Amino acid sequence: MYKYDQYDQAMVDARVEEFRDQARRRLEGKLTEDQFKPLRLMNGLYLQLHAYMLRVAIPYGTLNSQQMHALADIADKYDRGYGHFTTRQNIQYNWIKLEDAGDILADLAKVEMHAIQTSGNCIRNISSDHFAGATADEVVDPRPYAELLRQWSSFHPEFSYLPRKFKIAVIASDTDRAAMRLHDIGIQIVENDAGELGAAFYVGGGMGRTPMIAPCINPFVPLDRLVTYAEACLRVYNRYGRRDNKYKARIKILVHEMGAEEYTRQVEAEYAHLLEEGVEPPFAELERIRTYFEDPLFEAGAGEEIDRSDPDFAVWVDRNTVAHKETGYVSAVISLKPVGGIPGDATAEQMRLMADLAKDYSFDELRVMHTQNIVLPHVRKADLHALWTALDEAGLGSPNLDTVEDIIACPGLDYCSLANARSIPIAQRISERFAANGKTGTLGELKLKISGCINACGHHHAGHIGILGVDRKGVENYQLLLGGSEAQDASLAKITGPGFSEDGIVDAVETVTTVFERERQDGERFLDTYRRIGMNPFKEALYG
Amino acid sequence: MAETLRYRDDQPVDHPAVTVDAFVDQSNAQAVRIEPGDDTRELLPHLQRLALVEVNFPAFGDGRGYSSARMLREAGYEGELRAVGDVLVDQLAYMRRCGFDAFEPDQQFDMDDVKAAFERWPEVYQNAADDRTPIWTKRHP
Amino acid sequence: MRLLTGNDLKTGAVTWWTGSDWSIHVEDAADVAGSEDEIARREEAARRVNSPYAVDAELQDGSPRPSHIKERVRALGPTVRPDLTLKPADPEIGNWVI
Repeated sequence: MYKYDQYDQAMVDARVEEFRDQARRRLEGKLTEDQFKPLRLMNGLYLQLHAYMLRVAIPYGTLNSQQMHALADIADKYDRGYGHFTTRQNIQYNWIKLEDAGDILADLAKVEMHAIQTSGNCIRNISSDHFAGATADEVVDPRPYAELLRQWSSFHPEFSYLPRKFKIAVIASDTDRAAMRLHDIGIQIVENDAGELGAAFYVGGGMGRTPMIAPCINPFVPLDRLVTYAEACLRVYNRYGRRDNKYKARIKILVHEMGAEEYTRQVEAEYAHLLEEGVEPPFAELERIRTYFEDPLFEAGAGEEIDRSDPDFAVWVDRNTVAHKETGYVSAVISLKPVGGIPGDATAEQMRLMADLAKDYSFDELRVMHTQNIVLPHVRKADLHALWTALDEAGLGSPNLDTVEDIIACPGLDYCSLANARSIPIAQRISERFAANGKTGTLGELKLKISGCINACGHHHAGHIGILGVDRKGVENYQLLLGGSEAQDASLAKITGPGFSEDGIVDAVETVTTVFERERQDGERFLDTYRRIGMNPFKEALYG
Repeated sequence: MAETLRYRDDQPVDHPAVTVDAFVDQSNAQAVRIEPGDDTRELLPHLQRLALVEVNFPAFGDGRGYSSARMLREAGYEGELRAVGDVLVDQLAYMRRCGFDAFEPDQQFDMDDVKAAFERWPEVYQNAADDRTPIWTKRHP
Repeated sequence: MRLLTGNDLKTGAVTWWTGSDWSIHVEDAADVAGSEDEIARREEAARRVNSPYAVDAELQDGSPRPSHIKERVRALGPTVRPDLTLKPADPEIGNWVI
């Protein structure tokens, strides 16, 4: 993975000092809260429901054991012993004091980490495929391109006061594991017929109040012009994105209102202009970054055999390990979704264990999934049993990847001042219901996503089953949606009808799975059956 | 309005800054004020008679002025480029990078804070409108 | 009744105006109806509170209970982590919030 040189380190160190100075001026009263707020947001520091919340960046979801240990230490030293992994591959701490924030950023800088631009109206953490570098289906590892864009977007002098937040995802396979089409800019590295690599740019996707799937505005930008094209996209947005209404300020609204064709025309014009201005880094820089992402030293001829005599282990292998490009290896998924648990939360102790396991079994590398689990990308099949035993003991061994128990949930009203309803208790009760009725396995792949408000941080629009918490005259109420997908077959979930109470929504989810079991054909997933039979059978079962 | 900070050697222009529409119409105007909603590129055919461009920031969160400034420098404008309005000391470094060389903030700056702001960044990642060498160029000389 | 609430500037803790001071316990909160804007302005200018605002509440068993569930979660702590709330040992607290 990428390692800072003295330049990268100088930048994060300078940022720590800048923030210390800003926090001091705030505490002394030289900055009002209105003036300080955008500055602290650009360092990931929110004023949230219970305290300050700090969102630490995990660039394209990749970190090593030293960094994971540092995250654990921060949880213990400055917070309340745990952290929350998010739907953008970051980590959040919920109980931060402003007077500690500078020290926390300094501790992060020591391990090449930061909270730069994890909030605010600027370019946010660039996300990527959590199986990058391990999967056989990528044309190249997308992460060097994400790293190049990370550096380009950090402290960008022109694009730090955008109309609204800006989220970029980079993938390099036809299978979209990063919800690329639901980002402000999604990039897929592709190979053309001549075997050359280029970047397909998708611009104007997003969730929130008005979910939209990004159109492809350029199917092949040469890789030695990647930054120039991104800059053109951002400049058109900075100049013309709406600033009159916070809920209409994302680029998806601009692309939609202007039309993708006109937006593309303006970008291409700006791109042609910027090509004359020398904004692109030298290609040697991309090659330099790529050297950090070469394959680890895989053991040649590693064994393919797995001893499946332990039935619990066998279930975990079947559900939570994913094929690897190298013989004898898999990627292993550590579930942060124990039945009845808080999705995405990990204690400091669990973080330390995951760090040590990564060191022992995965070439010292971990990934954060946007679905709030952790990946050990390169595990020898021969090591799986030892790994699983350790995970199982620590409550990290739930064999539920991509099942109804693998719920994505935002923090909701328990933690977030934007929320209208609690999402975590719904996730807990649903996972408990399905663990109890024993159907998790038979239902198969079922992506259930819960958001506590219309901002959709739980990605409910992209759930096979989505749940949206709303406030109905001061009482929490839950809308049920069906048929969303965040993959390359992207679709937006549709609402079933009137909302449900807290008890009602758990029953409703069970009801729709019953309809699925009744109607399913030939190994269909829930999503496939829904797409084939439509909403009506589900509506009938729900509302009679 | 507070004191203007100026980082140029030449004499400040004494002309009143007119709107973009007025400037394009008046052949003897030398100073223009760009509002966030203006299309800065309308000025590009007239750069040779421009000695002062003011870019208004009615609210510091409206970042359109950064693009306006940078585009003017890209087009070869070498006159004074002045950020006016709701400009905070924390924006100075980025503004300088976008080509601003004068600042007329609504609220007086603390000059110690100004010095700290301009000395904050030992390096820069990107090419912009200033003459700082980006990190990636330093890595591959 | 109206309660004035905000966050402690340094620690971020949720605080409630008691009539003379800021407390992390909503039970100590005073009715500020009629003077909420004045108190908020004064206290924020003195940096004794950050981002204050007023909320509706009713007296329940002699103690203020914010009318909106969001403010009750704010007053207490996350319902899913009783150990992290202000009343970890109180088994009835879930009912007070919800």
